[in-house]
Amino acid sequence: MAEVRDGGVGASVPRIDGLDKAAGSARYVEDLYPAGMLHAVLVQSPHAHARILACNLDKARALTGVKAAVSAADFPEKRYGAFVKDEPVLARGMVRYMGEPVAAIAARDLATARAAARLVEIDYEPLQPVVSIDAALADDAPVVHENFDKYVLRKPGRYRRNVFWEVELKEGDVDAAWAQCDAIVEGVYETQAQYHAYLETNGVVAEPDAGGGVTMWASCQSAHHGQTRVAEELGLPMSKVRCIVPRVGGGFGGKHVSNMHSVAAALALKTGAPVKLILTRTEDFEIQRSRHPARVRMRTGAKADGTILAREVELIMDGGAYADESPAVLSFASLMSRGCYRTPNMRVRGKVVYTNKLRAGSFRAFGNPQVTFASESQIDELARKLGMDPVELRLKNVLRDGEHWLGGQQLKRCSAGECLERVRDAVKAAPPLPPAAPGRRRGVGYTFVATICGLMGTSASIHLRGDGTVALATGVVDIGQGSDTVLAQMCAEALKIPVGRVSCGAPDSATSPYNWKTAASRSTYMTGRAVVGAAEHLKQQVFKHASDMLECAEVDLELRPGGKVGIAGVPGREVGFAEIAQRSLFLAGGPIIGTFGLVFDGPPFDPKRATIERFAFDNLGVYIFGAQAAEIEVDEATGKTEVLRGWSAHDVGRAINPASVEGQIEGAFVQGMGYALTEEMVWDGDGKLANPSFADYAVPGAKDTPVAIVPIVLENPDSTGPFGAMGVGEPALAGVAAAVANGIAQAFGGARPHRLPMTPERVLEAIEAGEGRRA
Amino acid sequence: MSRSDKVVAHLRVNGDEHEVLVAPDATLVTVLRDQLGLTGTKRGCNQGVCGACTVLVDGVAVRSCLTLAALAEGREVVTIEGLRQHRVAEQVIRALVERSAVQCGFCTPGMVASLTDLLQSHPKPSVEDIREGISGNICRCTGYRKIVEAVQGVAAALAESGAREVA
Repeated sequence: MAEVRDGGVGASVPRIDGLDKAAGSARYVEDLYPAGMLHAVLVQSPHAHARILACNLDKARALTGVKAAVSAADFPEKRYGAFVKDEPVLARGMVRYMGEPVAAIAARDLATARAAARLVEIDYEPLQPVVSIDAALADDAPVVHENFDKYVLRKPGRYRRNVFWEVELKEGDVDAAWAQCDAIVEGVYETQAQYHAYLETNGVVAEPDAGGGVTMWASCQSAHHGQTRVAEELGLPMSKVRCIVPRVGGGFGGKHVSNMHSVAAALALKTGAPVKLILTRTEDFEIQRSRHPARVRMRTGAKADGTILAREVELIMDGGAYADESPAVLSFASLMSRGCYRTPNMRVRGKVVYTNKLRAGSFRAFGNPQVTFASESQIDELARKLGMDPVELRLKNVLRDGEHWLGGQQLKRCSAGECLERVRDAVKAAPPLPPAAPGRRRGVGYTFVATICGLMGTSASIHLRGDGTVALATGVVDIGQGSDTVLAQMCAEALKIPVGRVSCGAPDSATSPYNWKTAASRSTYMTGRAVVGAAEHLKQQVFKHASDMLECAEVDLELRPGGKVGIAGVPGREVGFAEIAQRSLFLAGGPIIGTFGLVFDGPPFDPKRATIERFAFDNLGVYIFGAQAAEIEVDEATGKTEVLRGWSAHDVGRAINPASVEGQIEGAFVQGMGYALTEEMVWDGDGKLANPSFADYAVPGAKDTPVAIVPIVLENPDSTGPFGAMGVGEPALAGVAAAVANGIAQAFGGARPHRLPMTPERVLEAIEAGEGRRA
Repeated sequence: MSRSDKVVAHLRVNGDEHEVLVAPDATLVTVLRDQLGLTGTKRGCNQGVCGACTVLVDGVAVRSCLTLAALAEGREVVTIEGLRQHRVAEQVIRALVERSAVQCGFCTPGMVASLTDLLQSHPKPSVEDIREGISGNICRCTGYRKIVEAVQGVAAALAESGAREVA
């Protein structure tokens, strides 16, 4: 381990925004109260699937205190979507999920806006809703998007009755390989919709200007994406739309800008006043996004010695009413469905269907938890069939350095095996717990996790201020994961200054350098690279000044700790950043700003190794690896399952802020526990979300969590990462459900639930079915 | 709502007296945020479940989204803005930050209020006491472990300073 400087890379610096947040002085969007502000509410559909025959806003508009009411008629007649342009700002002609916004009101206070919403008259012709994957695929299923053939698609493809995107990925010859397998396991694994449950609901304040432009303060995951999307939806040039992101109360993939932002912006433009639209918790459940429900049929075959030869995967995802990020989620899930195993023959067929439910979208680990639950459950089932230890089977087949991921991308390093060994050793070394009470059984389950960090473009600028401190701007939204602190630490390290001399501005599409999104575990890895590049650029300019000031060649200069430049080998001959800045601002050269931008351009998939059809992307990022274990205890009478202890090992390349890395691991592990055991969005037969509140949707509380979650951090530096660092935001969520299921199976002779969440009823049912088989 | 439907409430918040005109059904969180400008108290669910709106009323942690403002008349309300100067809460705030127990921060002010109540009633809490004390405060980011550790640290420091005071 390299030496850790105070506040630099490798130090667990307290969050630079921590005190402001804990003391209640940090400003989130709902904390903004611009003078003259109006309040907006949405008018939501009471039907999951219905034609809109008429929408009359007259009575709502006539109510005293109402300043504007809008419906689809007030927006350009176009649809939006990253992959399929299928979604209008407000429902146009048809509603496709219960709760879908149809109209919106702006009024002088919230009570008036709500009263006006009740006066909106909408005539609906209810249609039969499609509420499940099976219903969507039925031969006589109602069609969710009857005009799909008119939609613009990013990549051309077939549309077969509600199936709006299909992918296929092949390597080797899976059909021929089965004959060589001594053991084959097959199963169907089903996963549910999970709600992000960030503590702050989505919200936006939009303020118009006299020139027809609008500024939004939005709780979202990208100022630049917010600007792009609202400009497109409102038909405005990007120069007329500005998006600023104040503090964000959690995101987890659920706060990518949606149509509600354009609604608020349109109301602001229409009324000429600032408009605040904050979703209630129930609205946020009903109209934002969920994790995709999925059904994975998987078959894996191996030789008697445990060598895995083949796997076939049929993946069907429920995308809900609009495509949103579904094609990317489907593609990524397909890519992850082989897992960390050297499996020469592989075929994945994936499809995603429309249903009359909330659109599913991005959510921490992005399609990965679904296929990891299937894949890592199945590996344990294979181990049982082969009579092998599940950890040994994993280590026998795990990809090694230099081997290829499914799709052909070469892995410079694959540390999955090392992570699993570390977890196994930690489990073995853990002090034994007091014995389980009678009627309770324990088991330990293991899993690999793999994901990527990278994607798309990003940039950074560093401005040297007159006193020698620096202003770092990146456009990265810190949604709570700690990117402001980590990026400031990297900036401080690169410039050899204390982290306290670095400030991070709020992401602002008008002033921040471009950044795609807070997503894909990319902020540390991608924007960190931009920060390092910008620091190098700034250093070059600083050296130019210093060489003039010290009358020496630039090559003879060195950066010295504390913000100084000196002549190498000559102690004392140095100038400080403040002097250099003063010279640049008032004498010569001009203000010093270091900048750097990059786009992820790693090697694409390899068509010689794999056949890939209709993938949403060509390359992604660098692969990152981990392994997890869960020690569980099941009450045999009730089926209630608890996680007693968890272990989660992740190769992060380099931990820029070790405490933050642990925080990501622990938080994601607990979110994964919710996914494994309790969390499920439930829609009834009419397509109504039955549990849109924290009272009915069970997010883990403090008492539900294990007393010990042991983060194990490996640091194998990545040659492309900033200071060797890679991302860690997502992986610790992805494997927990499989580890828990494997723990249950270990405790009950192989009996396990194949469906999430593993509620007491499902666990009991699985145990009883297992006993029935043995009897 | 017309003006005549409203009632005058006298609230004592963070030591300051306020005379506010409130709807009879206005909740404390609404008045604190929208009328008194005390935005440190967060509205996470407005359904009495998540705990983000927790404040102290007469020293006891309560959910301000379930408390009618009019019923706080004559009581001592302390929000996060007041807790910054509170002997115990100030240490809780500092410990949460130093132990990296703050991520998105949206639950934190309410968490501070609950933890202050806990430490005042249980100066030497066990891990189970701490988990119980924050069982009504959802945190979606941290997994709670670092919060519990931070509180253990505060309790130890309080015990030490208490022992010094006695000595």
